[in-house]
Amino acid sequence: MSELVLSIRDLRVTFNTPLGPLEAVRGVDLDVHAGEMMGVVGESGSGKSVTFLAAMGLLPHQAKVSGSVMLNGQEMIGASSKVLRNMRGGLMSMIFQDPLSALNPVHRVGDQIVEMLKAHSGNLSDKQAALRAVELLDVVGIPQAAERAHQYPHEFSGGMRQRVVIAIAIANHPKVLIADEPTTALDVTVQAQILEVIERVQKAFGTAVVLITHDLGVIARVADRVNVMYAGRNVEKGSVDSLFDHPSHPYTRGLLASLPHEGIERLTPITGFPPNMLMPPPGCGFAPRCSHAIDACRASLPSLRAFADLETACICAEELVVRTGLS
Amino acid sequence: MNQPLLQVDNLVKNFELRSNTGIRKTKRIVQAVSDVSFTVDEGQTLGIVGESGSGKTTVGRCVLQLLDITSGTISFQGQTLDGLSFEEMRQVRRKMQIVFQDPFASLDPKMTVGSSIAEPLVVQGIEGNHEDKVASLLELVGLAADHAKRFPHEFSGGQRQRVGIARALALDPALIVLDEPVSALDVSIQAGVVNLFGDLQKRLGMSYVFIAHDLSVVRHIAHRVAVMYLGKIVEIGDKKSIYEHPTHPYTKALLSAVPIPNPTTERSRSRIMLEGDVPSPVNPPTGCRFRTRCWKATELCASSEPQLVVRPTGQLSACHFPE
Ligand SMILES: Nc1ncnc2c1ncn2[C@@H]1O[C@H](COP(=O)(O)OP(=O)(O)OP(=O)(O)O)[C@@H](O)[C@H]1O
Ligand SMILES: Nc1ncnc2c1ncn2[C@@H]1O[C@H](COP(=O)(O)OP(=O)(O)OP(=O)(O)O)[C@@H](O)[C@H]1O
Ligand code: SF4
Ligand SMILES: [Mg+2]
Ligand SMILES: [Mg+2]
Repeated sequence: MSELVLSIRDLRVTFNTPLGPLEAVRGVDLDVHAGEMMGVVGESGSGKSVTFLAAMGLLPHQAKVSGSVMLNGQEMIGASSKVLRNMRGGLMSMIFQDPLSALNPVHRVGDQIVEMLKAHSGNLSDKQAALRAVELLDVVGIPQAAERAHQYPHEFSGGMRQRVVIAIAIANHPKVLIADEPTTALDVTVQAQILEVIERVQKAFGTAVVLITHDLGVIARVADRVNVMYAGRNVEKGSVDSLFDHPSHPYTRGLLASLPHEGIERLTPITGFPPNMLMPPPGCGFAPRCSHAIDACRASLPSLRAFADLETACICAEELVVRTGLS
Repeated sequence: MNQPLLQVDNLVKNFELRSNTGIRKTKRIVQAVSDVSFTVDEGQTLGIVGESGSGKTTVGRCVLQLLDITSGTISFQGQTLDGLSFEEMRQVRRKMQIVFQDPFASLDPKMTVGSSIAEPLVVQGIEGNHEDKVASLLELVGLAADHAKRFPHEFSGGQRQRVGIARALALDPALIVLDEPVSALDVSIQAGVVNLFGDLQKRLGMSYVFIAHDLSVVRHIAHRVAVMYLGKIVEIGDKKSIYEHPTHPYTKALLSAVPIPNPTTERSRSRIMLEGDVPSPVNPPTGCRFRTRCWKATELCASSEPQLVVRPTGQLSACHFPE
């Protein structure tokens, strides 16, 4: 496999809240290789955003973070703010659901790209930077890029704003681009355009992309590998084909089974709801909703282990195959 | 054939936007819904899909008389909802209910869910033992009777949505407008709420107008589907015709843009990539409103507006060059 660019080990994040400590991330292990598209899915509140905000050093101070996040060989946890600033927008950048919040309303979009370019390569002349900015707008598919570089964010539609945000994020050819629900606020026809832009960037620059989404269709369309999160842990990971073909964790199985598909009368929900992370259950976070749970599941937290061609954090995976087959 | 439960003819809803920019006073008209007609039969579900701003919610709110309509007629149970007396209107209102997208915003945080569910009964001045009614409603939507004493913050998203549904059911409506009722819920929770809609319809026989972005959920739940674009219905018909033989280019593009949760299928699919965004409803394109993004558009599409025409596969669509 290609070079490891981001490696997360035993990442833990606890927030101090008025109601007590909230364990948002409880031991996440995850690797991202150069140039790959890694999909991250999971229940709302399962810690997807917090995991990558922690990796970027973007969490508020009251968050207690431990574990290791190696970006291109450099430890991010506990790094100085100077190192973090250098990495952000340089080696790793992040885009979010709402492109407006990422843009400065009173600056022309071209200038915002120039600013990002100059922050990371001081010897670039104004003219060179301005030319690069237009090139970047062109790469992300903004027509008449040279003219539009002079416009302000409010003159762009939602989809076009997200393109601008991507242009800023890739300005310095980061090794890793983290996209947190980048298309959730967009219509499906615009979502298709943005996914295409992200794939184009990934291929053209060899950028590794971490795509966080709750849409399994989006994962199936663009991801090479998938990480499934539940209650602050990654509970299953593997190639997109294996994961959709024979998921082994009961949560992944349940998630896929709950989707509407042709010719079925009734859908199959996962009963119950995710645990309150102020008082997570001692064992497997999914046990309270899992129809296969045994006492051992409730006793201690299962870790990821190799199973078939996946990694799964379920101690009953073999038993499940015996009972229901490789689904 | 019986008369439809709901009949909407030539519905138009414009919003006036007034803005004072310096010395000039400008008045702009948002053409949110332009000449929309459809029917909903008893016990049936009409799905309305289309991109953000296409007018889905506005149609729903006009039907429920939550908005004054600009023109057109709406008939419910054979009665035109125009010039009804206050008392007649009150009777109609209790037969039509709405469930919103956001289960968090639609419940009063200071009220027990029992009082929230009973509120429509109180407002309608209905006498009797509301406690029993609330208990049976809670059970109907898959919650427990003793949940009535609790407050919204004690419930999960899916449970709150069920409370919203119980409230909508309190007055035994004949029609419920469901405006993105599962969009805010996790996929794993959505399935249960979608099943609940199906079960309730089978048991109680009410009709739904189901508004949603998610085309796969609509495919599961609707009998008929209307596709809206920029204030107009561009295609309407049986679910099977719409999904299996879309005839309007926009319907085709919309269906092809929806990602399918199967990597093998996704890799082998050809996709229609629409360019650009939806134009402003303040100044919609002449002729066919879809023409600025349509790969088939010709001069005819700019000069003449296509009308809804019956296609061989049974649905109606408005296009000069149907598929
Ligand atoms: N700043 C914060 N302070 C306290 N708790 C927080 C904070 N940010 C996140 N949390 C909590 O951490 C947990 C994980 O949140 P996170 O945002 O990572 O979820 P997510 O998986 O991204 O969910 P979603 O799909 O809804 O975006 C949640 O319980 C959330 O309420
Ligand atoms: N009260 C209002 N005043 C002015 N314009 C409005 C008002 N309500 C809706 N509109 C406009 O009418 C158009 C249709 O809006 P509507 O909310 O019906 O769309 P929708 O299809 O429900 O979209 P979404 O999928 O985003 O919910 C939009 O352009 C919207 O901005
Ligand atoms: S009428 Fe013309 S522009 Fe409109 S959808 Fe048909 S071909 Fe396209
Ligand atoms: Mg998130
Ligand atoms: Mg709406």
